[in-house]
Amino acid sequence: MWKWLHPYAEPQRAYRLAGKFIPWLSILAILMLLTGTTWGMVFSPTDYQQGDSYRIIFVHVPAASMSMSAYIGMAIAAFIGLVWQIKLADWMAASIAPIGAVITFIALVTGSTWGKPMWGTWWVWDARLTSELVLLFLYLGVISLYASFEDKVLAARAAGILSIVGVINIPIIKYSVDWWNSLHQGSIKMTGKTAMPPDMLVPLVINILGFGVMIGALSLIRFRSEILARNGMRPWVRELALAEGAK
Amino acid sequence: MTKQDSKALLSANSLTCIREERILFDELSFTINSGDIVQIEGPNGAGKTSLLRILAGLSRPYAGEVMYLDESITRCRDEYNEDLLYLGHLAGVKSELTAEENLYFNLRVSGYDQFDARDILSNVNLTGFEDALAGHLSAGQHRRTALARLWHTNSRIWILDEPFTAIDKRGVAELEQLFLQHADNGGCVIVTTHQDMGIISEERLRKIRLEYRFV
Amino acid sequence: MKRGISFTQAFFTLLMRDLKIAVRHRGDIFNPLLFFIIVVTLFPLGIGSEAKILSRIAPGVIWVAALLASMLSLERLFKADFNDGSLEQMLLSPQPLQLLVLAKVLAHWLLTGLPLIIIAPLLAVLLHMEESAYPALIETLLLGTPILSLLGAIGVALTVGLRKGGVLLSLLILPLYIPVLIFATGAIEFAASSQPYDGQLAIIAALLVGSLVLAPFAIGASLRVSTN
Repeated sequence: MWKWLHPYAEPQRAYRLAGKFIPWLSILAILMLLTGTTWGMVFSPTDYQQGDSYRIIFVHVPAASMSMSAYIGMAIAAFIGLVWQIKLADWMAASIAPIGAVITFIALVTGSTWGKPMWGTWWVWDARLTSELVLLFLYLGVISLYASFEDKVLAARAAGILSIVGVINIPIIKYSVDWWNSLHQGSIKMTGKTAMPPDMLVPLVINILGFGVMIGALSLIRFRSEILARNGMRPWVRELALAEGAK
Repeated sequence: MTKQDSKALLSANSLTCIREERILFDELSFTINSGDIVQIEGPNGAGKTSLLRILAGLSRPYAGEVMYLDESITRCRDEYNEDLLYLGHLAGVKSELTAEENLYFNLRVSGYDQFDARDILSNVNLTGFEDALAGHLSAGQHRRTALARLWHTNSRIWILDEPFTAIDKRGVAELEQLFLQHADNGGCVIVTTHQDMGIISEERLRKIRLEYRFV
Repeated sequence: MKRGISFTQAFFTLLMRDLKIAVRHRGDIFNPLLFFIIVVTLFPLGIGSEAKILSRIAPGVIWVAALLASMLSLERLFKADFNDGSLEQMLLSPQPLQLLVLAKVLAHWLLTGLPLIIIAPLLAVLLHMEESAYPALIETLLLGTPILSLLGAIGVALTVGLRKGGVLLSLLILPLYIPVLIFATGAIEFAASSQPYDGQLAIIAALLVGSLVLAPFAIGASLRVSTN
């Protein structure tokens, strides 16, 4: 399987390939997010308990679920980079990290905003919110480790190892936080899973997928600039820069 | 040590090294056989130490690979490490330990179990200093404590980064003698040094030159 | 010139070396311990000396202080070896790197983790901890602090080559300490209210086994990056 992947492991090819995907992914992401959000915000029925404030889930739930997926994606890329010693995979992991962190931050902010009308306070030590906060710490650790190395090839490898360590720990952290939450009675639980009418569920699913595609597109954009930055002294990058400059 | 001699002991396959966005060397290839004494030459900043560290397997090259007996060193790390003796800029000598303890621990970590540390230290003129804390030794003696390992090893590949630093003339001559003896016994020596070597003749010494690159 | 060192011998060689160095450098042992004691004494001063509140927060305070003390002491785990080149020699040793790393972590735990455990009951007295919770405190610390050393060593290995590693280290490893903290304090709280706490202990033990198996690989890989 890795035989066919290796040709793409050349920076120049990966750069071009990523360039081909970006427009399609971007258009897809915009379409999905537009559809999902308009549907959710305007056409979905009002919740009989929470009124209109529930509509923040169309941002919160996709962000929360994708924050975790992005971390897993980052760790998978890092794992490939570590085991098969493919630098591009390390760079991919490094490009996902800041995007994942922002998504996690969005999930946290929307989560606590949602909490305000429901619980009357901006922050509750809810299990899911707490896990999300820890996830943000994990992302920030990866990002600052990457930023601390001067040699970015090494930086990407170090950050990759950390993200793999993190991804092994995430389920344990999540489990422990859930347990801790159940132990300390009196903390408020988020609404349990109740059947959602399709008019809410479908736009939600569209938005979740839309977030995923958006993260993919953004990661590829960062990945491309990462390739350029790491290969600045290569002839093909110089030619590219000259060609761009001539336009 | 009964491996076939037809295979090159150590070879570099189009090594590229990039440090802080600067190419130190690009597509560098060479072969080192048993019996070779190789000096890596070049101005400061040309990448001599980087090359030695890549050859030793401490650094990963940006591209290319180092082969030990025609096998990539990342794939046979344990065998390679057993056949390799690397001494870097930093001597690996603990100042809290005595000269003898340092040698003892270094040799043990390399896997040797039966040796007389005092006897080995006498080779580097440290008789009488065995029980002195390395932190109290002079720079030259400190260095000798590290170099003492060369007198007790069955590794064939020696990679030495500036081994003569702080060593007096007589010590340098003794080391050169040891290099020649090691090469004659089927080993190879790869060194960087700014000092001239007096005993090893020009014909015997192979040189690999690295240039400072501005790009 | 025989190379007849077994894995066990290599392990103990490195362990003895580190212990020997530490004995000649005693400050490294006592400083984290003092830190641990001082941090714990700060809490009654900051919160008030009411016995009820103190006994309520005792498990958390002791464990958070232990966490921080362990992290601070870890910073020096590979630093000296990195600075004098011993680390390179370790990486080039024919012995498995994971084994050598484990020896170093064990030496470090014996020197810094064990003293914390010995002094912890004393601090528990200062914080009026429930008497029934003492065994749980010792047991969780015995099982938990090695995990802190192992996980922390990963972070140290990643940052050892950096000039400013200290604050970064806390950002890297404190989130990883959360499960140990939660289950350890949970166990002590259960013990304080005379409930069985075997479940939490079993989880901590499982975490210890898991980190014993996996952490050496991560530490080894990190050291190879740091010495690059």
